[in-house]
Amino acid sequence: MDTSRSYLEPSSFSKKMAAAIIIVYAVVTLIPISWMVMTSFKNVDSAISYPPEVLFEPSLEGYVNLFTNRSRQSQEYLDSLPPPENWYEELVRSREMVITGPSKFLGRYSNSMIIGFGSTFASVFLGALAAYAFSRFRVPLKDDLLFFILSTRMFPPIAVAVPIFIMYRKLGLGDTHLGMIILYTVVNLSLAVWLLKGFMDEIPKEYEEAAMIDGYSRLQAFFKVVLPQAMTGIAATAIFCMIFSWNEYAFAVLLTQFNAQTAPPFIPTIIGEGGLDWPAIGAGTTLFLLPVMIFTIILRKHLLRGITFGAVRK
Amino acid sequence: MSVKKKFKGLSDKAVGWLFIGPTVLLLLAINIYPLVYAIKMSFTNFYANKIGREPQFVGLKNYIKVLNKEAIWEKMQVTASFMFWTLLLQAIIGLGLALLLNRKFKGNELLTTLIVLPMMLSPAVVGVFWTYLYNPQVGLFNYVVNFFYDLGSFDMIGSSTLAPWAIVIVDTWMWTPFTMLICLAGLRSVPNYLYEAAEVDRASKWQQFIYITLPSVLPFLLLALLFRGIENFKMFDMVVELTSGGPGSATELASINLKREAFEKWKTGYSSAFAVILFVTIFGFGNVYVKVMNKIKER
Repeated sequence: MDTSRSYLEPSSFSKKMAAAIIIVYAVVTLIPISWMVMTSFKNVDSAISYPPEVLFEPSLEGYVNLFTNRSRQSQEYLDSLPPPENWYEELVRSREMVITGPSKFLGRYSNSMIIGFGSTFASVFLGALAAYAFSRFRVPLKDDLLFFILSTRMFPPIAVAVPIFIMYRKLGLGDTHLGMIILYTVVNLSLAVWLLKGFMDEIPKEYEEAAMIDGYSRLQAFFKVVLPQAMTGIAATAIFCMIFSWNEYAFAVLLTQFNAQTAPPFIPTIIGEGGLDWPAIGAGTTLFLLPVMIFTIILRKHLLRGITFGAVRK
Repeated sequence: MSVKKKFKGLSDKAVGWLFIGPTVLLLLAINIYPLVYAIKMSFTNFYANKIGREPQFVGLKNYIKVLNKEAIWEKMQVTASFMFWTLLLQAIIGLGLALLLNRKFKGNELLTTLIVLPMMLSPAVVGVFWTYLYNPQVGLFNYVVNFFYDLGSFDMIGSSTLAPWAIVIVDTWMWTPFTMLICLAGLRSVPNYLYEAAEVDRASKWQQFIYITLPSVLPFLLLALLFRGIENFKMFDMVVELTSGGPGSATELASINLKREAFEKWKTGYSSAFAVILFVTIFGFGNVYVKVMNKIKER
């Protein structure tokens, strides 16, 4: 018997088996995502060929279609036009179409950015203040207040959507960036308060007490001593809030239409001739999911905490 | 004793209110006020699209209507079976993956990150691209299934027997990593001396699993299922984009039905009553569940 190995350590054979199964699972689970990315680089014909094409000639047709509006023209009309000025016009012409203008995608994508960053900043800022107070002071009814903040997360969004819809109509906030920023800030606040309270609890009280003995006021100590100490936690919380705002669909589809609509309700409406334009949807999906995937990799150490509202810390 | 007086600036009490105030006010305005408003409307015959018509108080009529409607119980049943299968599959697969990952082989951090990716994506966008994978003519899913077992042509989204499974598969694909991560935290929290003591007592690996591993991981698994249960009870985005509740109403979950009543038929009073009933249900079940969970934790 191999006595040098602790008997608690799994045998190397069982480790290898475990690794093999996990690798298979990881590969299978990533197939749908990779398939969508691959589809974004197909042309319309190879996206609807059966059996599905794993090897294909890459094309940027999906991305061109995603960013442009096109209309079909007769061959005579196309012949009468001056030669195409650039590669994407040439690609569209080869489909017997002309570009009629930019599509709405860029606008929807930047709406997602504006609303995402705006609400993330607001919820992390307000959340950090509240979290600090909950972490350091004796607040009356503290546990009830904290539970109240968490319970707002249990409402089905549709349940409060009608009153918010009516309220926003009265206040002129319907279909505006500001309205959506306020709404997402509120939805994210519960997460921000709970997560940041956990991070603040881990910063020793002595730090700011020392600063206050040196003549800082409580406010100065908070901004100059505590906030810098909590930076990692704040960054992790911010990324979680950003991901939520970025992915949110129910409020966006119910409360926005033209002006402030974000990308998630828009992507499904990308329609080509004769049904959905899969390469363009693939392109939209890829561009939309990319930031989240990068964020997830940055966040990996804090994932567990974020998804459990700080209940499980590792 | 007043230690605070030594420091300059605002008192701690003032700072406390200054810091908590804005959060509580915002939550009251954008969360509690709409909820109270919804409760108020649930006792009226209000239609949000008919501006100018004064809503009338109708008492409990809306509630009686909701509870007597057979279609509502069908939606509840669709929701319940969706929850049952997704939670069951996610518990089993998630725990299994966590047990494997806990063997601490090389590269397991990287693999964990990769496996976790699906749950971070936008559910609506996930719903859209799965309609492509499920496409009966060109879908990759159908191709793979037929490759292993020839079923001929089948339509996951178009068939009312298969559509409920289509949403269960996507939800499980997306959220199994969630249970996995939380179970993994549970497994890592078990102190080594428990296993050492068990080895000394000549307990078999199986006995160790039943008497040490499972009881320690159970509270974590239950917590994961609580989170998933609440989320799936509210499930809307992914399913709307994948099946939009169809075919017929085979996958019309409670939330999707609520959206139709509220934003397509504009029956504001009626849908508010329905929303309140859903909210009370989730809150009630959540509370009972937490009590049971705490009992198990204490043991």
